Amino acid sequence: MTTSTYDLAVVGAGPAGMAAAAAAGDAGCRVALVDAAERPGGQFWRHPPGGIDHVRDLHHDVRTFRRLHARVRGTVEHLPGHQVWTVTREDDAFGLHTVRDGAEVVFRARALVLAPGAYDRQLPFPGWDLPGVYTAGGAQALLKEHQVTVGRRVVVGGTGPFLLPVAAGLAERGVNVSGVFEANSPGEWLRRGAGAVPVVRSPRKLAEGAGYAAALARHRIPYRPRHAVVAAHGTDEVTAVTVARLDRSWNELAGSRRRIRCDAVAVGWGFVPRLELPAALGCRTRVDVDGSAVVDVDGLQRSSVPDVYVAGEATGVGGAQWAAVTGEIAGRAAAVRLGFPSSFPASAMRRRRHLRAFATAMHAAHPVRDGWRDRLSDDTVVCRCEEVTAGAVTRAASELGGTDVRSVKLLTRAGMGWCQGRICGDATAGLTAAAAGVDVDPRGHLERPVAVPVPLGTLAADPADASPRDVDVT
Amino acid sequence: MVRLMTVDRLPEVVVIGAGVVGAACAWYAARAGLRVTVVDRGPVAGGTTGAGEGNILVSDKPAGPELELARLSVRCWRDLADAVEGFEYDPKGGLVVAGSAAALDGLRATASGQRERGVTATEVRPDELHEHEPHLADDLAGGMYYPEDAQVQPAAAAARLLRDARAHGAAVRPNVEVTGVLRSRDGLAGVRTSAGDVPAGAVVNAAGTWGGEIAALAGVDVPVLPRRGFVLVTEPLPPGVVRHKVYAAEYVSDVASDDASLQSSPVIESTAAGPVLLGSSRERVGFNRTLSVPALRRIAAHAVRLFPVLAGADVLRAYRGFRPYCPDHLPVIGPDARCPGLYHACGHEGAGVGLAAATGHVVARALTGHPPGTDPTPFLPERFG
Repeated sequence: MTTSTYDLAVVGAGPAGMAAAAAAGDAGCRVALVDAAERPGGQFWRHPPGGIDHVRDLHHDVRTFRRLHARVRGTVEHLPGHQVWTVTREDDAFGLHTVRDGAEVVFRARALVLAPGAYDRQLPFPGWDLPGVYTAGGAQALLKEHQVTVGRRVVVGGTGPFLLPVAAGLAERGVNVSGVFEANSPGEWLRRGAGAVPVVRSPRKLAEGAGYAAALARHRIPYRPRHAVVAAHGTDEVTAVTVARLDRSWNELAGSRRRIRCDAVAVGWGFVPRLELPAALGCRTRVDVDGSAVVDVDGLQRSSVPDVYVAGEATGVGGAQWAAVTGEIAGRAAAVRLGFPSSFPASAMRRRRHLRAFATAMHAAHPVRDGWRDRLSDDTVVCRCEEVTAGAVTRAASELGGTDVRSVKLLTRAGMGWCQGRICGDATAGLTAAAAGVDVDPRGHLERPVAVPVPLGTLAADPADASPRDVDVT
Repeated sequence: MVRLMTVDRLPEVVVIGAGVVGAACAWYAARAGLRVTVVDRGPVAGGTTGAGEGNILVSDKPAGPELELARLSVRCWRDLADAVEGFEYDPKGGLVVAGSAAALDGLRATASGQRERGVTATEVRPDELHEHEPHLADDLAGGMYYPEDAQVQPAAAAARLLRDARAHGAAVRPNVEVTGVLRSRDGLAGVRTSAGDVPAGAVVNAAGTWGGEIAALAGVDVPVLPRRGFVLVTEPLPPGVVRHKVYAAEYVSDVASDDASLQSSPVIESTAAGPVLLGSSRERVGFNRTLSVPALRRIAAHAVRLFPVLAGADVLRAYRGFRPYCPDHLPVIGPDARCPGLYHACGHEGAGVGLAAATGHVVARALTGHPPGTDPTPFLPERFG
């Protein structure tokens, strides 16, 4: 039995987690920064083993990464390669149950900052299960970490500002990007309501957007608002896609279909926050403006569970700068709660407010409309792990009484495979709600009591109890 | 027996609960020609049915009233699988194993009583265990094979039975919550719901773990309480790694235990889709949904003890459910003499799927005034006074 615990464990070493760990470490807390990846930075600052310099041109705001990394190095115990499979509340501490190289390691901490991030929202379309169809985030990750391009001729589609850096990054590495097909019309939206929108108050954001626009122009990549990839074609792998023009509800305009040859597609529809760990602790959630389930936090990033702070995308998708500032506040708040001196600079609070307003505006400009459902045929696969079709999901809801995601999962196996519904959850929820005639509830499928697969033998064995070590200056 | 309604097209029976027990009640009642409406505050199979393993067992029940019900249910499930397709009915047989000579003696005593009641139970010598289950640990004392044990996919069973009941005139209304009862001079006259009143000559309480709350709405006491259990689910494994339902002899005593603290005994079975289900744990902690890491560890350790080959299999997920238990571990089935018009079909603890078919049969027989295929007296609600 161990009696020694960390003051604070931060889960996730992306922008939010790094900032939280740094802030608490600066205040004097003994901090464990626990992360599944081998290197800090999260998805946003993902980089190869040699360091972020190798992919500097693919990254935004590397300076912030370096600054956070320097702060974390000095004061925080970084524990890479640890996948948290569950988190428990014990008498006077939290238990972080992790798997590292097939063995279980348990960390204890008096308080937690959870910064689990988000992953690509995916929506099915005919052919989306062909090899060569990637998520936008997946294509970006291959590029940033392995410098691998997903194809030579790539179509980028979906919705959201994230499509721009993905297309620009691929083009910078010599890929022929056939176009960016944005299902919404953010430009039109901006023109209509720009005066009321705080985008204009965020010069950094504008510069970032302008940079990507310049990159698209430089590489002569067409940007097509109100267009979507409506089908992918090929037998063994994707060889072409069909794109079409959409109306405001994402219904396809007749006669607008066009076929484009390509050897890869990168598609993203915004992001889904990862809520397994907050859900395991019972943190109260709410539905954000983009329709995502997020953790409900107060001004100090406190969740409804005492001593559990949540930062970054899990509290509302908003990008890396937003994540970092929420992490900074969460780390400082946790430190104060633990009895260490810290403060809440007005500048950070203001910055968080502005970035949130910007994110809300971006969400308003990039909604997911119901029209995506109309492109599915009865035999379009929705759950790829278990090969469950749109027809099966719809029938489970309309004929078998499965009126929520959980019961549809039980009746069809949609979401029961390796990804545990992370890929198909939103699509299954949307199809279920439509067929059952009820409202979509994104909170119906966020509970995953086992957050990552654990070997049964590991679970059966007595775990190693990890007490804090001497601060490891790496 | 249900009173005939004078107003045409009103339901004669309203079943509360779209789990597997409610579905079986609705199916038998609809097949008997009654007009049935099923309401549930959630979706089909949204409660304990959706958290069950789908066991149809005679093996775990010592001689007594529950075994008689189970024997009837094995026959009823066979009929249901013939009449209604699509719920993975698999008469795979059960293998109960003993880790020690003492446990084997207990197993033999149980089997002997079961045999007197007509159950087939064949002792399996230690050196024969591998013929039944090639991957079992090789240091077990022996076992007992029960060919009548079977398995279904419980959510699919509930959904398919309800769909078939609809084809025979039943109405199924998910997301409709019962908020009260309607009364006439003669007793219950239907239910009040979140979507309006549903008049009916008979009300069947198939609300599972929440059956006590429904009984309370009708003004009677039925002490149904939750007993939490976890199930671990592995990655899909090749067919044949686990062939039967396999569990340890200790399971029987765990089920009968009155201890509120965590009990755990290994229950292992494969599913049609490949994943292996690992149970079981029993705790009385109310409706606390928190994941219990100690419970999961014990389930995992027990499973690996019986099937060492499983040590390398990944656990993909875990789920928990709340078994509806009564203090005397018997279900509550049949008309409630304290409240005319009210019938119960709840409190089956961990055997709800297995006993659902016989429960549906017994309730439908009571509704139509026919004698059932087993003595229903031990299950009547009057025993709670």
